[in-house]
Amino acid sequence: MTDQDISTTLQSQVMQAIETEGALFIHAGNSKDFLGNTVLGVPLDVSPHRGILKYAPTELVITARAGTPLQEIEAALDEHNQILAFEPPHFGDTATLGGTIACNLSGPRRVSEGAARDFVLGTHIINGRGEMLHFGGEVMKNVAGYDVSRLMVGAMGTLGVLLDVSLKVLPRPQLERTLKRVCVHDEALKYLHQWAVQPLPISASCYDADSLYVRISGTEAAVDAASKKIGGETIEDAQFWQGVKEHTHGFFRTHKPLWRISLASDTPLPALEGKWLYEWGGALRWFISNEPAEKIQAFAQSAGGHATAYRNHPSEHDAFQALPDALATLHQRIKQAMDPAGIFNPGRMFNKL
Amino acid sequence: MTDSQPTKDYQVDREQLITELRALVPASCLLLEDEALRPYECDGLSAYRQIPLLVVLPETIDQVQAILRCCYRLEVPVVARGAGTGLSGGALPHEQGVLLSLAKFNGIIDINPDRRVARVQPGVRNLAISQAADAYGLYYAPDPSSQIACTIGGNVAENSGGVHCLKYGLTVHNIQQLQIISMDGEMLTIGGSGLDTQGYDLLALMTGSEGLLGVIVEVTVKLLPKPERAQVILAAFDDVVKAGEAVGNIISAGIIPAGLEMMDSLAIKAAEDFVHAGYPVDAEAILLCELDGTNEEVSAQILHVKKLLQQSGSTEVRTAKDEQERMTFWQGRKAAFPAVGRISPDYYCMDGTIPRNQLPRVLKAIADMSQEYELPVANVFHAGDGNLHPLILYDANRPGELQRTEEFGGKILELCVEVGGTITGEHGVGMEKINQMCVQFASAELTQFHALKAAFDPKGLLNPGKAVPTLHRCAEFGAMHVHHGKTAFPDLERF
Repeated sequence: MTDQDISTTLQSQVMQAIETEGALFIHAGNSKDFLGNTVLGVPLDVSPHRGILKYAPTELVITARAGTPLQEIEAALDEHNQILAFEPPHFGDTATLGGTIACNLSGPRRVSEGAARDFVLGTHIINGRGEMLHFGGEVMKNVAGYDVSRLMVGAMGTLGVLLDVSLKVLPRPQLERTLKRVCVHDEALKYLHQWAVQPLPISASCYDADSLYVRISGTEAAVDAASKKIGGETIEDAQFWQGVKEHTHGFFRTHKPLWRISLASDTPLPALEGKWLYEWGGALRWFISNEPAEKIQAFAQSAGGHATAYRNHPSEHDAFQALPDALATLHQRIKQAMDPAGIFNPGRMFNKL
Repeated sequence: MTDSQPTKDYQVDREQLITELRALVPASCLLLEDEALRPYECDGLSAYRQIPLLVVLPETIDQVQAILRCCYRLEVPVVARGAGTGLSGGALPHEQGVLLSLAKFNGIIDINPDRRVARVQPGVRNLAISQAADAYGLYYAPDPSSQIACTIGGNVAENSGGVHCLKYGLTVHNIQQLQIISMDGEMLTIGGSGLDTQGYDLLALMTGSEGLLGVIVEVTVKLLPKPERAQVILAAFDDVVKAGEAVGNIISAGIIPAGLEMMDSLAIKAAEDFVHAGYPVDAEAILLCELDGTNEEVSAQILHVKKLLQQSGSTEVRTAKDEQERMTFWQGRKAAFPAVGRISPDYYCMDGTIPRNQLPRVLKAIADMSQEYELPVANVFHAGDGNLHPLILYDANRPGELQRTEEFGGKILELCVEVGGTITGEHGVGMEKINQMCVQFASAELTQFHALKAAFDPKGLLNPGKAVPTLHRCAEFGAMHVHHGKTAFPDLERF
């Protein structure tokens, strides 16, 4: 595959959809097909629209077309010892930048460095009027106009077609070490909260209902000092975080429904049947369970969060927890402002979006 | 600078409005007399002034909802205001509108160390959050220079930054939940207690929306553990270009300093005269590089950065020997604006951001224009993230100088756009940079902004005329430039 710019082709396909009032199913690598609801629409394949447009390591910025494979971007950064600090999961070899940003996918390092949305500096998009628009830019600080670039992140393609994205990148930490200790649930949360209020360079955490794992990042001296404070045994498994990030860890081997619950980090264990795996200091919880969606969602809501039916969900709708009425109405108005004909990924996230 | 934005006519019956508002809030919450309104006529950008129709200072969220419902029904413009420290005229009153002050919402509701968050009312001062969180060893990272006075509601509205945002991000990276009241009086919770929310990223859309989308009545901010140690290095250079290169060399080495600031010769001298920070006054530029983190990390990085600075041609490298000297080094930088205010009757602070590698070219162009306009410029620069604050020195009492300053400032912003940057890094568009928005964005983007605004505020009553220009205005502004015969800096490459 070679780098190419197919933005005008994409634009004319969008124009055609507007004219025929047809729906478009935006996709590239199809690695996130499992995520969200099913879209019935004419496929709009963004994958040929690929290539790194600009990468200036000293500026800490990379700009690439949406169809660029995530692997290609990470390889380019690696040559300069830099990383996407939100540590995005790929969920397959075909993952692209566009899909990652559209889903706001962030991995273990999100707990210390931020989510995909935190690193987006600018975007070119095609909106629902078939116009190519540019928001944000390639600089770290930019408050001109509404932050439409970030609005696109996590919108699951329902607001427009991402053409290219500029991201802030960060240096790779000099050294990383993973520490493990066996502990029960309440102890694990207690440790996580104790450490979180201290200036410790923790860059990932995971509790698998048996052991608590934390990753420390920084200079060698800093990692040594933090290891002493945190304690536990050093594990040599370089693939551990990769497994948690990519869902190849044994926990995720299941045919039962997998829920992703984002909530307040200090939420106690609820009376729900199932298996848990925690990340992000307790603020992200993976839950394998046959409990009814209503019960799981009610728990998430009571903890200030939300539950997403992530994998093996029986229904093709309702992957996401319903929004309160007032917010749902606002979402529809925003959708209307960006995509008045309702052509982009209808229903992927919510009905009427 | 009284060129107000031509907006649609609002037919407001002041007497009827007063009668209705009296039924909603206690008399003490309503300011009506000219002398009571005077303090609200401008924000931190005092060149723009406008007396509002009236000022209302609600005390409860219910009152805010009732006021907004009333204004929605009567179609009265509403301008929300925090501490009024903004530098772009974002809180400039509307002559036909209500000035809604959130000053009475000044309580810290809750600090939760386990979740590392603070729930606060919008009128709480930025610094007060860190002071309250200090008991838990936590702090709120974004630190705009005005942090003693500015409030968190305004910080969210402007997406404020500060000297530490290269490492710790802007306001948008450091908030978790907002309670807002929409123009029709509905309360919305945006964000949540987790690290992300489902649906659209309305938290990002609200942050930096300059009071055009909703009124913020509660903010949940993220707190961070105070670093074990912070250390600052001061490096002097005989050439601003070398200082700029040193910044690139530090970042290439894989170090993200907590703060990385540059000042040029005029700014150094002004600051040194004012606060005696011990700056080398014969230097062409200084860099202040702050490193923070664990003790061990900072020790290792200081050695590394000192070496990098020397290799980059620094004429002098000093490390603050103790906490007091560190504060002194920073005091000079933080006092740079008032210091410039001492050497000139007036100054005009610009806020463009550029890709860092464009610094030499932009500084050269600013120096050339400074001669052309016969107005001196002192440059203060958040060097790490490319946010440039040229301060244009002028005297408003000299006929024509203010107009010349404004034109010069506009040219600087247009230059920032031309080199791939932006017209505002952290101060916002407000009233001040409304024309330059026409340079930054084409009409399709501006139309998209207006459509998004209408999704929140269909009647266009929240802070009308600010932040996003009408296409009509841009057409007029564009025509003016054609009249001058050429675009700015035709010799520059375009990006």
